[in-house]
Amino acid sequence: MEGFIALYIFMLAAFTGYEVISKVPVILHTPLMSGSNFVHGIVLVGAMVALGHADTPTEQVIGFIAVLLGAGNAVGGYVVTERMLEMFKSSKEES
Amino acid sequence: MQDFLSADLAKWLIQASYFLAAILFIWGLKKMSHPRTARGGVVWAGIGMVVATLITFLEPNMHNYVLMTSAIFVGGILAWWTGKRVAMTDMPQMIALYNGMGGGSAAAIAAVELLRVYTGAGLTHEAFAARELAVIGALIGTVAFSGSLIAFAKLQGWMRKVYRFKGQQILNGLFFVALLVLGFMLARMEFPASALIAFFTLALLIGVLMTVPIGGADMPVVISLYNALTGLAVGFEGFVLQNPAMMIAGIVVGSAGTLLTQLMAKAMNRPISNVLFAGFGTGDDGGSAMEVSGSMKAIDASDAAIMMAYAEKVIIIPGYGMAVAQAQHKIWELTQVLIDKGVKVSFAIHPVAGRMPGHMNVLLAEAGVPYDLIYDLEDINSQFANTDVALVIGANDVVNPAARKDTSSPIYGMPILNADKAHNVICVKRGQGTGFSGIENLLFFEDNTRMCYGDAQDVAQKLIAGAKTV
Repeated sequence: MEGFIALYIFMLAAFTGYEVISKVPVILHTPLMSGSNFVHGIVLVGAMVALGHADTPTEQVIGFIAVLLGAGNAVGGYVVTERMLEMFKSSKEES
Repeated sequence: MQDFLSADLAKWLIQASYFLAAILFIWGLKKMSHPRTARGGVVWAGIGMVVATLITFLEPNMHNYVLMTSAIFVGGILAWWTGKRVAMTDMPQMIALYNGMGGGSAAAIAAVELLRVYTGAGLTHEAFAARELAVIGALIGTVAFSGSLIAFAKLQGWMRKVYRFKGQQILNGLFFVALLVLGFMLARMEFPASALIAFFTLALLIGVLMTVPIGGADMPVVISLYNALTGLAVGFEGFVLQNPAMMIAGIVVGSAGTLLTQLMAKAMNRPISNVLFAGFGTGDDGGSAMEVSGSMKAIDASDAAIMMAYAEKVIIIPGYGMAVAQAQHKIWELTQVLIDKGVKVSFAIHPVAGRMPGHMNVLLAEAGVPYDLIYDLEDINSQFANTDVALVIGANDVVNPAARKDTSSPIYGMPILNADKAHNVICVKRGQGTGFSGIENLLFFEDNTRMCYGDAQDVAQKLIAGAKTV
């Protein structure tokens, strides 16, 4: 059963991703790619767990790199996405 | 760390927070898919990220907190600093870079887990197919890591050449088979440390070898593909660590990224397999065979300005050349002058204008162009026939009628903006050479086309001055 629950999560998440993107206008493709790039920055959480359980020095070094890269992904992804989206305005709003 | 609350409560809080984070990510992505709400979307997703990160400190039985916190600060501050400083034109390679970091992180997580198997400590969580998924995630993450770094180097201009040699496909194939064998060993058997090292080295190499032969024009599709791969790798490592936030966010990005990659490839009329396994934008595939008839006819910027000022309807087609010359602010100024004179001005954006789909919209938005003046290819192509002037500035292949007429052209079949259907076409161009892809542009030789030579920024300045005098 446990394996099937994993499969269900996989399937439902895959459908969700497909649905969320399928109605996107082209003008948002780049910000959205950047936004999804930010969202997989959640890898930081896993990296923290991996480093948190690291025992040998080798594991600690690799775990440290994992957290470093993960934090870079999350923070960098957020900053560039936010900067891009900040600029989207309509001519009807005050500009 | 969790001494001050009971272990059960901590567990519940962690699960509830991950659940909340997953909802916020999906909600954020959903909001990001509409221009009006997009800004709020990334903020919601950001809140989800902060919640998930903070709550992870409560995970039971963890140590190395000092290392952890310093890694977060160092990585975070470096990324913050670079992300704030990068110019909008360089955005695609920054996305590639941050994406590579994510892939590398997922691969490093897998490396730690596999090391634990090697030393006999065992996986952090014994879960369904955990070891197999760790290996697959390691492979995908490592390829996304090294591939993204090469993509970054290419777009940054650090690596201009396209490297290709005979038998490259065969070599890649052999490496891949070796990877599968090694991967099977790591997933199912007792293995020596050398197998682990060989696995990661080969995966790094494959990422490099896959990306170096791909030309700059195809890079957007490749970055999008690696973005999807990183998502998938993160999702798989989420299953290994039994972390629901990672599973859901990773898989959602994996599938959304795959769809986005397909949309981009379709917009460029390039099947993904062609992008990965054949060359384009490299200049070695024959070029246009069609005889070019007619000649290029030049026009003065002041004459072009008068033509536009007296027009009823003008469509501006901006390309990457405009962005490189930083002319978008001037173009917006010109647009405002024309609108004041009662000219109806719209912008036509090809799906692959700029370096990624939507990149040009970002650049125009930066200059202050409201998004409701900007139209997609499908919405505007029928309007060229009753347009007085089409102003092509810095765009080339996306308006080349060879894509419709010349079956031997490498871009034949690619959807283009039908600028040639407008009554008059003005092309702003630096010189007489061919563009990014090295393909001759038939539009420049049409009877209704006039070439306006010069730097986009200077020409735009002259156009503004000219239009104001009318």
